[in-house]
Amino acid sequence: MSGHSPEEVQLEKKRYLTVFYILLVGTVVTVAAYFVELPWQALTVLVALIIASVKGFFVAGYFMHLMDEKKLIYVVMGFTFFFFLGLLLLTIWAWADTPISSW
Amino acid sequence: MEIPYVTQPRRDTGLYNAKVGIWLFLASEVMLFGGLFASYIMLRVGAPEGTWPTDLLDVPIGTINTVVLILSSVTVVLAWSALKLKNFKQYRRFQAVTILCAVTFIVIKSFEYREKFTHYDVVLVTGERVDGHLKERGEDEQGEEYLVLSHPVSYPAVNGIAYRPEAVREQKKSGQIDADRRIAQSEVKSIKNWSPAANTYFAIYFTMTALHALHVIAGALVIAWIWGPGASLWKTDPERYINRVEVSGLFWHFVDLVWIFLFPVLYLL
Repeated sequence: MSGHSPEEVQLEKKRYLTVFYILLVGTVVTVAAYFVELPWQALTVLVALIIASVKGFFVAGYFMHLMDEKKLIYVVMGFTFFFFLGLLLLTIWAWADTPISSW
Repeated sequence: MEIPYVTQPRRDTGLYNAKVGIWLFLASEVMLFGGLFASYIMLRVGAPEGTWPTDLLDVPIGTINTVVLILSSVTVVLAWSALKLKNFKQYRRFQAVTILCAVTFIVIKSFEYREKFTHYDVVLVTGERVDGHLKERGEDEQGEEYLVLSHPVSYPAVNGIAYRPEAVREQKKSGQIDADRRIAQSEVKSIKNWSPAANTYFAIYFTMTALHALHVIAGALVIAWIWGPGASLWKTDPERYINRVEVSGLFWHFVDLVWIFLFPVLYLL
């Protein structure tokens, strides 16, 4: 990001403020969803995680400039994301891997 | 000898070295917190139905801390932009707000921790469980010790398992908040506070939030050093200084990113 012209930086400043407002709205929606009783607990979890993921996307994409990065960074983070998902999903998968289903 | 690629990008990566370094470090951090999130999922899924504690944390306080971290994230990136526009004074103002936000976050978190450490879970000899904030402790006229809990929640323990969430829901529905509860020592079978040793929920809560708080402290110290004693570099090598601000900022955004997931997972679900 070191080669940005002053005009581009000025434009980016506006974008950062927009992302800031989006993150604030996301936080309000997350907390509001907590107070609304949804029919299933699974739906509550899903809604909370979707909002958190959207907020995470904006932080990583715009504040951390991942929307406009070099290929090497994408490769590093792509591998990281793959192993991170593996860490989460394999543990859940292993949970079901018991000799008796009621365990 | 001059250190290569502190400002100029390498031809093969297209990046200056510190940037590659911080992203590799952040990749390892993703796996560190990923392991803890995976542990959280395992503990939660493995808890007997209806026993995983909920509503133990203060949602408004957690929300305030979320807003504080989001604000600090935007000031970090605005500070970097100010430097790109060669406005050092504005950079200083934005980063001062960032440091202030970091201090605010830690102060709020420490108050939150104190609240938990002074909250007691008491099992009575009758089998009933009561928990509440310690309001008073002392000795009565007969010399017996007692304690007084404010905002107590009471519920039966079935086969040693406490179904607290259900009791809290019922209490909220009825709109009844019990008056202070005085408990004599002779009534108590066991007592423990809401420390990491209290249950698996608090063990994972304290582990994750304390590790995150350590990251906040470390990030704030680095940002403060660059802002204060390290600022002389701005006069001698401004490009390198901007890169330092960018790299510390990337770490700070990661800290914010982790909290964005920690908040709903620990406070709301």
